[in-house]
Amino acid sequence: MSQPTASAATPSSAAAFDLECRDITKNFDQFTAVNNVSFNVPTGTFFSILGPSGCGKTTLLRMIAGFQTPTSGDLLIKGKSMIGVPPNKRPVSMVFQHLALFPMMDIAANVGFGLRQRGVPREDIAKRVETVLERVGLPGVGSRHINQLSGGQKQRVAIARCMVLEPDVLLLDEPLGALDLKLREHMKIELKKLQSEFGTTFVYITHDQSEALVMSDQIAVMNHGQFEQVGAARELYHEPKTAFVAGFVGEANSFTAKVEAINGDAATLVSPEGLQIKGQDASGNLKQGDQAKVFVRPESIRLATQANELDNVENLNQGIIENILFNGANSHILLREEKSGGELNVAIPQTGQFRDLAKGDKVYIGWEAAQTRCYQTEG
Amino acid sequence: MNSAQSRLSLLLLFTPFVLWLALLIIIPHIFMLLVSISVKTGVREYVTGLGNYMVFFTEPLYWNTFTRTAFMSISATLLTLLIGFPVAYYIAKLTRGRTKTTLFLMCLIPFWVSELVRTFGWMILLRETGVFSSALQYFGIVSEPIEFLYNDAAIMIGLVYTSMLFMVVPLVTTLDSLDDSLIEAGYDLGGNGITVLREIIIPHAMPGIVSGCIVVFMLSLGNYLTPILLGGKDSLWFTGLIYDQFITRFNWELGSAFGFLLLILSSTIVWAGLKLSGQSLTNTVGR
Repeated sequence: MSQPTASAATPSSAAAFDLECRDITKNFDQFTAVNNVSFNVPTGTFFSILGPSGCGKTTLLRMIAGFQTPTSGDLLIKGKSMIGVPPNKRPVSMVFQHLALFPMMDIAANVGFGLRQRGVPREDIAKRVETVLERVGLPGVGSRHINQLSGGQKQRVAIARCMVLEPDVLLLDEPLGALDLKLREHMKIELKKLQSEFGTTFVYITHDQSEALVMSDQIAVMNHGQFEQVGAARELYHEPKTAFVAGFVGEANSFTAKVEAINGDAATLVSPEGLQIKGQDASGNLKQGDQAKVFVRPESIRLATQANELDNVENLNQGIIENILFNGANSHILLREEKSGGELNVAIPQTGQFRDLAKGDKVYIGWEAAQTRCYQTEG
Repeated sequence: MNSAQSRLSLLLLFTPFVLWLALLIIIPHIFMLLVSISVKTGVREYVTGLGNYMVFFTEPLYWNTFTRTAFMSISATLLTLLIGFPVAYYIAKLTRGRTKTTLFLMCLIPFWVSELVRTFGWMILLRETGVFSSALQYFGIVSEPIEFLYNDAAIMIGLVYTSMLFMVVPLVTTLDSLDDSLIEAGYDLGGNGITVLREIIIPHAMPGIVSGCIVVFMLSLGNYLTPILLGGKDSLWFTGLIYDQFITRFNWELGSAFGFLLLILSSTIVWAGLKLSGQSLTNTVGR
């Protein structure tokens, strides 16, 4: 209880962040859902928390909204501690997973619900509701029932219902999960646009990495109740700090191997099948004899029909094409590496050079050590 | 062949329903109607007319008894709703798994014994030499035995107790179907307990509330045992009047007319209640 007063005394340092979490922990009986998580969300940014189901991201979001109380730690919004503040008194609004639009009211009553609770005069409510509906691109739908809207329109009504209250932080709990693929792609762009238009801080939780990568300014990758890494999308993709992040964000081929030699950052590893791999020590603590997990992205692997077409690659191998997964610009081949017998997923460059590849073809594959990231594994 | 078979099975499934409807409801009511419109003019002499119905409107006792019965039944319904709603909300929203089943079962258990036995149970508690009276004397709060039975409060207790289950069950069902996130969204948008209850929970539970109220009202209005046993001879319950006409006075014509009036008037009250609450039979009882 001493922390809130301490933070209140220094409001200038806190004002830069709309949301601050300090050592938040949440225990349920024997289970720790959120374990000592700290992060700051700068004003007006799109912050995503990305993690597999059961990683504690929903619990974290519900603590920010006020539906759950942290076991320990402090939570500040615009520099004010929110511990002990009930959800209806917090300057945050939440877009629920299934939107939670009120079926017993029309759209105007849904959007105006929060304003009514604040005792805003009736004429003002009508005006502000219409304005916010226009801003989300749904002018004049106020008198309709929510069942008369499409999935994407409902989404926008749910956002309008929160934004009309001008919250400091808008929380979004996987709101795109229920939409079909095409609409989801569309809504990703829409959400990002709405966020920059309103200039409100968004905290978005999802298990879908592409949602997080496309929309966010900052992403926190969460696993087992802890943040593995916080950073911009590019950082997470190209320089994942942990094996979990490397495997969870984006696609990657992964192998286990034993460290044979280490020289600064450069590591030489040998897989159990005897394949030599040259890579980069990404965790920074690899020692000779360690077991390591090695990640190579499909697009980092270069293809060639002649060995001499692949120069400057530290890892050069041969493989036989087992399957071609054609998916337009995002096509891949699955091939079996000759020496180790391991399966590799390789992206096909879209230059037309490899259009004629067929099942059973033998190709050369090569990748650079700098794009081969190795992480220490326990045991 | 196949369509003939399916028609036969449809017919077989339909038969018990038709038999039940015809033999137990339509035919008896037709005969009741015929009896009620025959006015006695002498020994075994009858003419067709609405004389029996006129008796109800011209004799203040009958009319007042009906008003009283309807008013008491409406009060009992509202009281049951008031007590049943928090109980149903607790069962539907605040408990899970085993606790939920146990609590639900506890609402059901009193209905495993017959209504007669349950009513006698209340008589044991409320009578002059009963449990409550003795306890009050024992603790020195009162000096003389008190008769709790044979008044309107005793009838009300009995009616509410008898109908509680029929209110709780539809309420639990509708409240169960209310998504928790709607309640959370209500709080998240700045609502407090009262506004969330008024704007979200009650509108959602309205079909359950109305169907529970209809059932409880009809059960109370048509109840005979509880008002007579707990209210005594002067309970002035309309079903008691009908019983008197049929059994004591042997005036089947007037009794039948009263029966029909009860049916018509109670239907009117239910219809008015539906109109007032903006609900329809299809989305309340018919769900």
